[in-house]
Amino acid sequence: MDEKELLRLETVTAGYARPVIRDVSFAVARGQVLGLGGPNGAGKSTLLRAITGCARVFAGQIVRAEGLTVAHHWQRPELPPELPLLGREMLPLLGAEPGRAHPMVAPLMDRPLNRLSGGQFQLLQAAACLAGAADLVLLDEPTNNLDGRALDALSDMLSGLDPARAVIVVSHEKEFLERHCTGLVEVAAG
Amino acid sequence: MSEFLEILFDPLFRMPFVTGLALAIALSLTGAWLRMRNEWLVALGLSQAAAAGGMGAVALGLPVLAGAFGVTGLAMGVLLLLPRVSNSNYGLLILAGWAGTLLLGHNTDQGTVISETLLRGDLYYTRAAHAGAALLLAMAVVGPMPWLSRRLLTERFFPDYYTGNRIPAWPHRTLFAVVVVACTVLGTDAMGVFPAFALFFFPSWAGFVIVDGWARSLAVTVVIALVGYLGSFVAAIAFDQPFGPCLVAALALLSSLRFLTALRRRTGQATRDAAPAAG
Repeated sequence: MDEKELLRLETVTAGYARPVIRDVSFAVARGQVLGLGGPNGAGKSTLLRAITGCARVFAGQIVRAEGLTVAHHWQRPELPPELPLLGREMLPLLGAEPGRAHPMVAPLMDRPLNRLSGGQFQLLQAAACLAGAADLVLLDEPTNNLDGRALDALSDMLSGLDPARAVIVVSHEKEFLERHCTGLVEVAAG
Repeated sequence: MSEFLEILFDPLFRMPFVTGLALAIALSLTGAWLRMRNEWLVALGLSQAAAAGGMGAVALGLPVLAGAFGVTGLAMGVLLLLPRVSNSNYGLLILAGWAGTLLLGHNTDQGTVISETLLRGDLYYTRAAHAGAALLLAMAVVGPMPWLSRRLLTERFFPDYYTGNRIPAWPHRTLFAVVVVACTVLGTDAMGVFPAFALFFFPSWAGFVIVDGWARSLAVTVVIALVGYLGSFVAAIAFDQPFGPCLVAALALLSSLRFLTALRRRTGQATRDAAPAAG
């Protein structure tokens, strides 16, 4: 494995009880923002879950850099209805410093999760992953529920990424992927 | 009055008092973790399983606690093996435990009295062994709290954090399962199914709304449990009432603070919303 490479997928077929996505190959190096595009149901989220060990790899292999750390922002994260956890208590869970949060995220530091909107919670989770300590960040449809200002904040965070780290972004918004990604992988429908 | 104080400070009540105090801390904190995971109903299911296990042990001539631990541990093991657990699983556990307890009680010598005691609770008959076990349990919950809280919260918001980073999740999952089983068994044995469940349920139900912040809400949760426990312990003696229902009533009353807090927030928000329009 190349020294700069963090992750390599070699003809991976992944799924749960049965395969959902077949024969995918790509590599992600430090400093890279890799976009994963494709139609709904193509298995993009399954691929991210295969990387974190939550989905089954039926064939091929996923090669990880030694000691690789991963943060995964799930698609449609469930907003807990009654949990008083503050933004500043959530960010450190992934090693992010609340004091260095993006200006758009900073006002959320002292608000409990149960009083955030779906979009604010989505942005907070993405911020926790991007500002955290993980080498590789997996973002699954991070633009869902975000308004224009929140989208700008997400763009800022992606642009300001430490070159020692890398991101894989799954999105159905082609324009967002083309604007932010250094590479694009198109996944065909299963 | 002096007679009441004499009874309250009678050495006979010391062990029950210490037992209940330690259980109030352990059960309310564990209830907060269960609520955070949206699993609070499992406490009632496991308490019913503990009661059924205790009755099964009586029928077989074994110690109550052995049966309670055995059946509750088994129930927890099954829940952990299920790929997805829902309220239906908890409902099944609650009803099966309740029916098992009463049927075993009905068909066992002295069983009706014992099964009623397990369902209703009888804190005043706890002894030094109960108090010792409850104190150990409280220490086992409070000691690793910062580590366990962080791990459970991370898993709640980032479900594949542990698999994704090749960090074993079994240490915190095992500890949490053991704590939940021990709390339900000791709570049910000392206080009864519903008073124990009330300690799991009410304090965090109110504590999560009254203050903002995870650490502060845990502190408020324990304070509510302790105030409810102390109030009901004294009231039960002062008015010669059964302790279990007094505890449930006291905790329910204290939980009304959540509605007052929500009302205050809504009023405050309405005032803030109206301010710019007035200006």
